[in-house]
Amino acid sequence: MNWWTTPASDTQVTHGDRFWLYVVAVIIMLLLVIPTFIVIPMSFSGSQYLEFPPNEWSTRWYGEYFGSAKWMRATVTSLQVGVLTMLVATPLGTMAAYALFASGHRATRAFFMLLITPMIVPVILVAIGAFYAFGRVGLNNSISGLVLAHTAMATPLVIIVITAALRSYDLNQERVARSLGATRLKAFFQITLPQIRFSVVTAALLSFLTSFDEVIIAIFVSGGANATLTKHMFSSLRDFIDPTIAAISTIMVIVSSVLLLLTQFLGRRGK
Amino acid sequence: MNRPDAAEGGNRDRNAGMLRAQERREEWGLLSLAAPALLVIVLVILIPVGWLFYLSFIGGDGQFSLEHYRKMVEYKSYARTFATTFEVSILTTGICILLGYPLAYFLALLPPRWAGIFMLAVLLPFWTSLLVRTYAWLVLLQRKGMLNEFAIHIGLWDSPVKLVHNMTGTLIGMAHIMLPFLVLPLYSAMKKIDRDMMHAAANLGASPATAFRQVYLPLSLSGMVAGSLIVFILCLGFYVTPAVLGGGRVIMVSTQITAILENQFDWGAASALGVVLLVATLLVLYIAARFFKFDAALFGKG
Repeated sequence: MNWWTTPASDTQVTHGDRFWLYVVAVIIMLLLVIPTFIVIPMSFSGSQYLEFPPNEWSTRWYGEYFGSAKWMRATVTSLQVGVLTMLVATPLGTMAAYALFASGHRATRAFFMLLITPMIVPVILVAIGAFYAFGRVGLNNSISGLVLAHTAMATPLVIIVITAALRSYDLNQERVARSLGATRLKAFFQITLPQIRFSVVTAALLSFLTSFDEVIIAIFVSGGANATLTKHMFSSLRDFIDPTIAAISTIMVIVSSVLLLLTQFLGRRGK
Repeated sequence: MNRPDAAEGGNRDRNAGMLRAQERREEWGLLSLAAPALLVIVLVILIPVGWLFYLSFIGGDGQFSLEHYRKMVEYKSYARTFATTFEVSILTTGICILLGYPLAYFLALLPPRWAGIFMLAVLLPFWTSLLVRTYAWLVLLQRKGMLNEFAIHIGLWDSPVKLVHNMTGTLIGMAHIMLPFLVLPLYSAMKKIDRDMMHAAANLGASPATAFRQVYLPLSLSGMVAGSLIVFILCLGFYVTPAVLGGGRVIMVSTQITAILENQFDWGAASALGVVLLVATLLVLYIAARFFKFDAALFGKG
């Protein structure tokens, strides 16, 4: 009996019977992955026009990117906003998730719904709303305004990740610590936090990426010397196709792949 | 004789009262930890959106008026925008279900070690900037792009077909971006299906197809509804991909809003469109919540 005729399921379907499913799934996975990674070979093209496969190879678009004051300034802004968003959203979201999880208050559910509104309200509405309101208080084109807006977008993700982690954690351990004289704060930092630390790191990386990759709010709220990388990329995409974007895209793909693999690795260790 | 008892009872009551008060203080103390997060959401979402809601009822003369909403009913262009938005959202959701179900099923069948590896094919695009992926499709789908060259090479069509700056390109790009949002909740719903159910169905004489249709499919439905709902709602307000791959020919509500702000700077009209978009989103959520218990699948909270 070879692999082809071995039953693959509880209903005795063989791998052979199911081969079409494997083929379909692999094709769909290729469709998902290829467009994500196609920018990498494209970025090494020597031509002005984007072609694949490139006729000649070069690193000129990387030179173009690293040599441009505009792109460098935008990269620094995006990194700055991303890191600040991560530093604000992670503790805020963790505190909120812990509060809602540990408290048995009747209002918990309503609070939870309120906290995830940024995931329900269409982002375009958030973007123009923030643009309008920030305009009134002079927060447009500032780093702090963008960090505030991105924190609102990232916090619900942190809450969802941390709530999932707390669910598989036994809160009684904290009660034991407190009955032995620890304050709630100490119990949290010494007993709970070490056990959910991998989820906290995942949530932090996710909030960085949420901010770093965010386009629509950045288009409206950021600008001038503080325009983000995505804002510049978007306007270059609309006007003409600048191959420098392929080089920037490659760097962004590598950054997110490394972050993702990091969370996968952490997740495995966390188990 | 009764007095000591009464005193004791009074103490007990007072004790219970103090315990209750302490408990309440404790609960409020705990809840206050959520205050900073709530404050950010109020400042960035609730106040600005409320402000736009107010602006949508202010006419050109600064007085209360329904003119923006009336225009939406009167002008054909608005109706077309809403029709396009729903068409794109429904088609994208449909494509995602067609592609996502077999993929999630395949992943759910794999032994955990292999599922973890193949899952990267879903997670990598999910974690990659949607701007980068939209850009990749722009290049792949253009007249002299890889797809046209490849199709001509293998004889699928003779001359380059227009694949981008239209509906086709928008749908391809959006389906690619939305697919992980469908696969992830569907996969986790499928993983929760007890395999003994399929055993039992087979034992009771169901053919594999019947067992799948009558047992597996209904059990995976909650995940599919949750995933489709996320995809549909994200599509309704989507901006970047239709703006870039639609090339001005696919006018969705989001692109219309930015066009109004860029060209006419008419906050009332833009806000009114945004409000209708929000109401449509909430309506879809409400209807879905009436028919399905999707909360659990969406947020893992019953």
